Amino acid sequence: MHSVPLSQLRPGERGSILRIESIDPQLRQRLLEMGLTKGTLLEVIRLAPLGDPLEISVRGYRLSLRKHEAESVLVETAR
Amino acid sequence: MMKSASKVVAVIGNPNSGKSTLFNALTGMRQKVGNYPGVTVEKKEGSILYDDGTEILIIDLPGTYSLTANSPDERIATDVLLGRRNDTPKPSLVICVVDASNLERNLYLVSQLIDRQIPVLIALNMVDVASQEGMKVDAAKLSALLDVPVVPTVATHSTGIAELKFRLLGSVRPSQQTRKWKLPVTVAEQVSELQEILRRTEKTDENESYQNALQLLTSPAVGTNSHAPELQAEIEKAIKKFESEGIDRFSVVVEARYDWIKSLAGQVVEYRVQSEERLSDKLDAVLTHKVWGFVIFFGLMTLMFQTIFTWANVPMQWIGSAFSWLGGQVAAVLPPSSARDLIVNGAIAGVGAVVTFLPQIVFLFLFLGLLEDTGYMARAAFIMDRTMSKVGLHGKAFIPMLSSFACAIPGIMATRTIESPKDRLVTILVSPLMSCSARLPVYTLMIAAFIPQETVWGFLSLSGLVLVSMYMLGLFAALGSAWLFKKTLLKSAPPIFIMELPPYRIPSARSVLMHMWNRALQFLKRAGTIILAVSIALWFLASYPKKEHATPSEQLEYSFAGQAGKLLEPIIKPLGFDWKIGIGLIGSLLQREVFVSTMGTIYNIRDANNDSGNHTLREQMRNEVDPITGKPTFTALTAICLMVYYVLAMQCMSTVAVVRRETNSWRWPIFQIAYMTALAWVGTFAVYRIGLFF
Repeated sequence: MHSVPLSQLRPGERGSILRIESIDPQLRQRLLEMGLTKGTLLEVIRLAPLGDPLEISVRGYRLSLRKHEAESVLVETAR
Repeated sequence: MMKSASKVVAVIGNPNSGKSTLFNALTGMRQKVGNYPGVTVEKKEGSILYDDGTEILIIDLPGTYSLTANSPDERIATDVLLGRRNDTPKPSLVICVVDASNLERNLYLVSQLIDRQIPVLIALNMVDVASQEGMKVDAAKLSALLDVPVVPTVATHSTGIAELKFRLLGSVRPSQQTRKWKLPVTVAEQVSELQEILRRTEKTDENESYQNALQLLTSPAVGTNSHAPELQAEIEKAIKKFESEGIDRFSVVVEARYDWIKSLAGQVVEYRVQSEERLSDKLDAVLTHKVWGFVIFFGLMTLMFQTIFTWANVPMQWIGSAFSWLGGQVAAVLPPSSARDLIVNGAIAGVGAVVTFLPQIVFLFLFLGLLEDTGYMARAAFIMDRTMSKVGLHGKAFIPMLSSFACAIPGIMATRTIESPKDRLVTILVSPLMSCSARLPVYTLMIAAFIPQETVWGFLSLSGLVLVSMYMLGLFAALGSAWLFKKTLLKSAPPIFIMELPPYRIPSARSVLMHMWNRALQFLKRAGTIILAVSIALWFLASYPKKEHATPSEQLEYSFAGQAGKLLEPIIKPLGFDWKIGIGLIGSLLQREVFVSTMGTIYNIRDANNDSGNHTLREQMRNEVDPITGKPTFTALTAICLMVYYVLAMQCMSTVAVVRRETNSWRWPIFQIAYMTALAWVGTFAVYRIGLFF
């Protein structure tokens, strides 16, 4: 197990959220309220055709976020 | 009708929960759409009329994920719920629409409502989708656990709506299950210590003092400075304690809530074995594919564009002919007088100008409604975001900008899907630079008259190339200006892109049509009045003062508009334009294509808009000679300059009216006129000066 930013996961890879490191409080709050809390499992589904943003599956729904935003989400992954 | 309502009910819910569909199913045609004063958040109200005459007012609140009040939408929703707005009555009951197939995230908002002790009723929506996805939600158990009435619904099929309506008649008490989530011990202790102080100093009740204490310690939106000394000391002590124990005070409440929700959802949701891949995933594999995704996206955009650009032309021409027929009829009945002139050429022509825009608006919003309600709109933004982010915009800005190629008015109205106010404003500011369909007649006239019929590189026609260049110029000016505004005037962090990708759904015809109808109505009511006033003013300027026994051409030259054209000459001379073009520019303030008929009047040609008239007009303009220099007034260069000016200038008063309505102030439309006129003047001047060398 080791921790990487969400932006580095490839499609199909899963992870569990460790923490959100964003310094932008609004972005952080938004991510948390969308259900990206500590310990939540997520999976990267796909990248947009031009490589950014990415689509993840979390709490049973699909969310897209930019790589820049995904950089602040630290996840623990089995890879 | 809505004033006498005996009860006020608000509808709230996450975006994509089917909230609007449910609102439409509840209220039907009994609804009106407006704006909350001072902000650009849409205000939707409707009512239910029961058989016994009871009427209930229903307020459709903006879609929101939480009550934290991060965005203007969320702030309005929270303020209305808590009765903090003077313009909206405080609801006595709240329907929270919950997407049964996405229970955990949807219950987050429910738990916030319960904690605020707001009487809430859950419409457990999309139970059909949940069951297709192999989930069974136990509504009775959910109701028992939350101490909240739960009505299962499928809003798209009006299932459960009758029961919901019936339940609204009764009363609902606030849930007893408040704050069932568990904070870490340290946090709980600090909050209750702070609560004691607040209770003593501010004399607030148990729940309110708890909410305030919690906010002070855990909300990033609340500052930790400048409180009363005792309070300040307590807050600082608490924060220090959290830090020493490694507690993240900003995430602790959200986490506690979600932990509680997860265990709750575990008790009410039953999962059946799910073997098959979701239909949405299969669709997404194609629709967001590297190649097919773009092929389909641009195919859809072309179709949409064609519809607005060409098909809307047919009803637009009907409307045009209907109004000129009406004008003719009225003119035949009334004796010649200034009043007849006002009615025929001012009022009827003005109303005609307003109504002509309707087909484009209706078609665009039919498309947008379908794209939105099927869930494809989010994918469009997903695909285009990378490209749009290059100029600092959100993926959602693409469609409004593209729509503006047909007409900036529906384009600007379509920017409402953009959440960030600054991004929306930038999109509104640059949209009119996209070459709309009203510019096309001007381009066509100029190109046909002055651009030689040559081929370039053996296969491209020069006329076509010039036309494409004009469209490109508009596009690049728009993107460049957007980039500049984002860097300077409307500087803000790159927009937060966090966006839900809802499962694909079959849209409800009622919702799509209601959306279209509301938009059309809004346009007529809000922009229509201004457009009508402007057209009457322009008619007046072009008809007065009267000159006896004058030809239409002489009359126009003698009028205020003609005098203004001459006044304008020194300003537009450096661009290679004379006073006649000046009059044309003034006439274009109503609609750009009016340039063609204004030129027709100046050159004494009837029906400049039909083929033979247009041909004669071209001949006349080509033969026009400057009385002083003896050189032709119009050259290929003048034509190009004129087109460049039309690409860049803000000439359309109807657009100004819409921008005024959408931004709720005169500040931005005036800024827009200023920057676009400056851009047009400088751009045209540069082209003219450079062109003189050749």
